[in-house]
Amino acid sequence: MSDLSIVLCGEAGQGIQTVERLLTRILKLSGYNVFATKEYMSRVRGGVNSTSIRVSSEPVSAYIDRIDILIPLTEKRTKHLERRISKKTLVLKENISTNMDAIGAVCGILKIEFKVIEDYIRYYFAKKGEKVISDNIAAAKKGYAYGGSLKYEIKIKPDKRVVEDLLINGAEAVGLGAIAGGCSFISAYPMSPSTGVLVFLSQHAKEFGIVAEQVEDEISAMNMALGAWYAGARALVSTSGGGFALMEEGLSLAGMLESPVVIHLAQRPGPATGLPTRTEQGDLNMALYSGHGEFPRIIFAPGSIEQAYELTQKAFNLADKYQIPVFVLTDQYLMDSYYNLPSLRSDLKIEKHIVKTGTGYKRYALTRDGISPRGIPGYGEGLVSADSDEHDELGHITEDLDLRDDMVDKRLKKLEAIEDEAVPPELIGPENYKILVVGWGSTYQMIKEAVAKLGRKDTAFLHFKQVYPLPEDTREYLGKADKVIMIENNATSQFGNLISLYTGFEIEDRILKYDGLPFSVEEITDGIKEIIKHG
Amino acid sequence: MDKKEFDMGPIDVAWCPGCGNFSILKILKDALADINVDPKNLVMVSGIGQAAKIPHYLKCNVFNGLHGRAIPPATGIKASNPGLTVIAESGDGDMYGEGGNHLLHAIRRNPDITVIVHNNMVYGLTKGQASPTSQAGFKTPVQVGGVFEEAFNPIALAIAMDCSFVARAFCGDAEQTGEILKKAVGHKGFSLVDVFQPCVSFNKTNTFQWFKERVYYLEGPLSREEAFKKSLENDKLPLGVFYVNDKRLVFEGQLSPYAENGDPLFRREPARTKLAELIKSKKE
Repeated sequence: MSDLSIVLCGEAGQGIQTVERLLTRILKLSGYNVFATKEYMSRVRGGVNSTSIRVSSEPVSAYIDRIDILIPLTEKRTKHLERRISKKTLVLKENISTNMDAIGAVCGILKIEFKVIEDYIRYYFAKKGEKVISDNIAAAKKGYAYGGSLKYEIKIKPDKRVVEDLLINGAEAVGLGAIAGGCSFISAYPMSPSTGVLVFLSQHAKEFGIVAEQVEDEISAMNMALGAWYAGARALVSTSGGGFALMEEGLSLAGMLESPVVIHLAQRPGPATGLPTRTEQGDLNMALYSGHGEFPRIIFAPGSIEQAYELTQKAFNLADKYQIPVFVLTDQYLMDSYYNLPSLRSDLKIEKHIVKTGTGYKRYALTRDGISPRGIPGYGEGLVSADSDEHDELGHITEDLDLRDDMVDKRLKKLEAIEDEAVPPELIGPENYKILVVGWGSTYQMIKEAVAKLGRKDTAFLHFKQVYPLPEDTREYLGKADKVIMIENNATSQFGNLISLYTGFEIEDRILKYDGLPFSVEEITDGIKEIIKHG
Repeated sequence: MDKKEFDMGPIDVAWCPGCGNFSILKILKDALADINVDPKNLVMVSGIGQAAKIPHYLKCNVFNGLHGRAIPPATGIKASNPGLTVIAESGDGDMYGEGGNHLLHAIRRNPDITVIVHNNMVYGLTKGQASPTSQAGFKTPVQVGGVFEEAFNPIALAIAMDCSFVARAFCGDAEQTGEILKKAVGHKGFSLVDVFQPCVSFNKTNTFQWFKERVYYLEGPLSREEAFKKSLENDKLPLGVFYVNDKRLVFEGQLSPYAENGDPLFRREPARTKLAELIKSKKE
């Protein structure tokens, strides 16, 4: 076996997170490719949570159902975990009572050099003192001996290059992308699964000169961010569906003020409180239609850690360039998943579009492309007036209805250039496909692996990381296929409907999942096979 | 500074003839000129309502946002460029009703901004419904049997929350109101100025005469306890600076970007080397 799937389950508070953290780092430092994700309950203690870790000779980055080794730290099981256990699953019940035993056991099974474990424990618990360190090392050693004694057959080859790889989860990738995009302001209210981004940026606020403020509500978050952009900062708001619902009024304000703003919207299943700690792609329609009135926007939906980083970076540039809201639509699965990757670019260009104003400056000057050069107060001789009422070129209230037409046209005119530079979808597989599997956002890695596993020469995968406005060649890609299969982590195929609305292309075959868990590779291969079988 | 500095010239003003807003506008322009505020460095932020149109009527930078939402952008502006003078100005419905939560938390946060609230105890732009400060018994087409809720007391609330500057003025007294506004803008920290103002179109109860008969000046600022006691008076209505706490830390002063560098955020260059290092640190 060259691809091992290990699952640890335990009650909240039993330290599953520590196991995930330590084990993935130790494995990576030993040269193993790793992938990890977690599913958990909305509680601080008790319940049953699980972490899935894949260890492989090749890079792995997708969630699978199969469990080769299950390490339960509790007797309790959820139905959704029970379903993943097969006859082939090795359940390590004996000799494991603490999380450190579990780490030791896995390392013992994989015959990892004990020194790597010991060194990492020393590094990780450095601040806790010698007693904690030696106790943990002793526990790991006990588990290690037990793991080694199992004689579990595996053939995973370590790769030296992996040692230098990065381990970054989705939340960190969005946070790093924001920094790379010149983010200097974040106003947010904590809400799962978006909180990681607020935490990350708060922790690095000092280093990077970022104003990080936890506000009283999401209404304030959005309005504060717009004030920040107005005064020359590059601001981010980070939230989930319910929080974004409160931001909608402010989003519309961004539309009217022609203010840039970057919105990180980490989806979780709704409606209302829904399943607070789980995943779904259910808020695409919300992002697309949010805010009263008509105004342009861009919606990105990264499918990988690299994409989360680069698209968040790009979101700042495009928001500033077009003076519009730009969404980065993620979800709990992407936020909480990670795998080793070689590097992230630190040289992405920060494009600033602020102009120095002159006397008589007109914030909403009517221009050919609809973009009025954006000045800020205190920079230049001009005065900057931004107004939520319909306004004249100077930014003062108007009820001149001809001017209203001009201003609406001006704002919407920007969509042309925005469409022209839409991020194209990525085609993976043969160009002369007959079957085209379509996905967007965080299902990327699972669909990619599933389609590769199917190994069909007639099947390709088309992934959209910009879901609005749709890239121009969308219709062409779909039209070339005999059969198109849409895969979405929601119940109503929101992206399929969006494609139909904008291209007239109807996608009949859909694989949808909305139980709060991400798709597994197996579910996708089975789903595609089933559809192909039935013609 | 020349008082004409803030004049917009001939513009169409959307207020009713005789509205107290006109006097507040004039008093504000004069006060700002007196303390030499540079219009280029001044940002007037407002929400929605008749009072909230005020930024359009004086020459300065304007952020006319949403109903109830003047304070969050004002805070964001100050935090992004602490060198700007930021005034948020709207009516009682906007600041005390729709935006009540923002007011509470801005008092806690204590950004160096001035909040001026036109308090006419009625909704003007929506044509005569009760506002949070409407007094019990006040009849409107909506509150047909008269308002029965307890009137919102912004002064008592602000003092209870240890707001760093709390004052009340009456637009019928240009001189004293101007003095209060100058102190408020000059104060380092969050300043709340509640300004009594008659609404000639929709409030036939709390008229110019009504205010005139009830207001008097206190000798402030007072201790917090004394100020609070005064804020509860509702037979006679005290005016002036009730309370000042200049020991409170200012929000933007606490923000890490300004610990060693006072530059506004837009003047800063990205820290590329640090980003490369941070990415690298994710190896462990």
